[in-house]
Amino acid sequence: MTINQTQDEIISEFSLLDGDMEMTVFYIMELGQKLPTMPEEDKTEENIVKGCQSKVWLTSKLEDGKVYFFADSNTAITKGLVSLLTRIFNGQSPEAILSTDLYFMNKIGMERFIGTQRSNGFAAMIKQMKLYALAYKTKMEVRL
Amino acid sequence: MTTHHVLSSGLDVETLRKQFPVLHQQVNGRDLVYFDNAATSQKPISVINALIDYYQGYNANIHRGIHTLAEKATRAYEETRQVARSFINAKSVQEIIFTRGVTEGINLIASSYGRTFINEGDEIIISGLEHHSNIVPWQFVRDERKAKLNVIPVRDNGQLDLEAYKKLLSNKTKIVAVNHASNSLGTINPIREIIQLAHEAGAVVLIDGAQAGPHLPIDVQELDCDFYVVSSHKMYGPTGTGFLYGKKEILENIPPYHGGGEMIRECTFEKTTYNDLPYKFEAGTPNIGDVIAFKHAMEFIQSLGRESIAAHEHELLTYATARVSSLKGVKLVGTAPEKVSVLSFIIDGIHPFDIGQMLDARGIAVRTGHHCTQPLMDRFGIEGTVRASFAVYNTKKEIDQLVEGLERIINFLK
Repeated sequence: MTINQTQDEIISEFSLLDGDMEMTVFYIMELGQKLPTMPEEDKTEENIVKGCQSKVWLTSKLEDGKVYFFADSNTAITKGLVSLLTRIFNGQSPEAILSTDLYFMNKIGMERFIGTQRSNGFAAMIKQMKLYALAYKTKMEVRL
Repeated sequence: MTTHHVLSSGLDVETLRKQFPVLHQQVNGRDLVYFDNAATSQKPISVINALIDYYQGYNANIHRGIHTLAEKATRAYEETRQVARSFINAKSVQEIIFTRGVTEGINLIASSYGRTFINEGDEIIISGLEHHSNIVPWQFVRDERKAKLNVIPVRDNGQLDLEAYKKLLSNKTKIVAVNHASNSLGTINPIREIIQLAHEAGAVVLIDGAQAGPHLPIDVQELDCDFYVVSSHKMYGPTGTGFLYGKKEILENIPPYHGGGEMIRECTFEKTTYNDLPYKFEAGTPNIGDVIAFKHAMEFIQSLGRESIAAHEHELLTYATARVSSLKGVKLVGTAPEKVSVLSFIIDGIHPFDIGQMLDARGIAVRTGHHCTQPLMDRFGIEGTVRASFAVYNTKKEIDQLVEGLERIINFLK
């Protein structure tokens, strides 16, 4: 599945919630609960993407030219939001990740959760994912 | 015919709520429940109208204009100073300095008093309950003057340890700066005793009244505090203003904080002489419109009576405390016997941020996080709390909505 196919899939899932904010929040948290748990030893200061109120840990690996992210958060909502990103990006090439426009965020009303608030590390998280992708891309080019 | 439930405080809250336009709206499909009053309170229509009247009717710069609008604006501005004087029972209007709010008031004293009277080896005492705005200005003074900053410890229930305070006091203590009530926990501090003990040691006292202004009767003469600061926006008034009370004899003996217009008597390139109190501390064009409207906020409080407000809010706090603390996994943070209407809590295994987001999804506004009191959160070994803070327009029905919301969250996440 391409990145945009996954984004479209997410948009269609969220459209079933019909804009009900409470249902949306519960759904996001449910998604977070399904995110595979990150090994405690990876929850280091180094892997932290820091927001004001919630913490996000992020690691990644490159396998056969594809990127895989592993993430966790100390807050359920941020964890759910993060799970959407790993779902979209995992198994994609560094180039595809770098050129992605994350239009699904606007479509599912996610700006409500990231918006102007400093309170979660979500915006920093996206930036960090793209930085990992950029590093892998550079590494692959050097190898070629 | 509708009959309104009149509370033991004698207040008819349903009628009173009609004065607050912002309360009558839906958020995320439900009636707004506004429980973030310790951050800022909503404004009654009299305050909103005062702002409109000023800008539509007599906007002008004050004090030096001789035209009619300037005269009218000056009179309205100075009327607020008179109401402020009576609001805290200061001796004279010269003791009321308009500021941007509590933060500026504290910075003013830390700078003007601190740089004049605090020297190397002197000591400053604050408490473990302080907001960052009553910590950081004193760190500036400490570093600049090579002084020492001591902290009154907080007991497990959120009260200050007065025995420890007595031990901290000495003839080296120059100033004690504590809040009247804690913004994070609600604890009302025994400031009369704190002030008396400080005076016996020869120190002056600044009281941060940010959380007391909207809730408690304040009599600066009876308290005998040297400085008292409040913010308008927590007292049903506009943002961006507040005032500093200072004893006249002290204010006369400390230098101005900011230089500029209004605060001078004569200005040449060689020398400037300063204006009399209170203008010596009010450099530049002040926040005229908001100060004028602030009068109506204080009058709103006075018209209800602070005893009635306190009685109603106490009833809300008692009810909320009982209901919220009975929920599974809830731990209250701050259980002092004397509190303003602040309920801080954590829920086992659920991050405050998630609770805040989920309550917002039900139209309920609370505060989550460290509430600008990180050292206090460290003291309790927590990252933050959920804080519901009540104002005079809140109701028990709204508390029921909060409890219902919390029950849903707890059930969902367990």
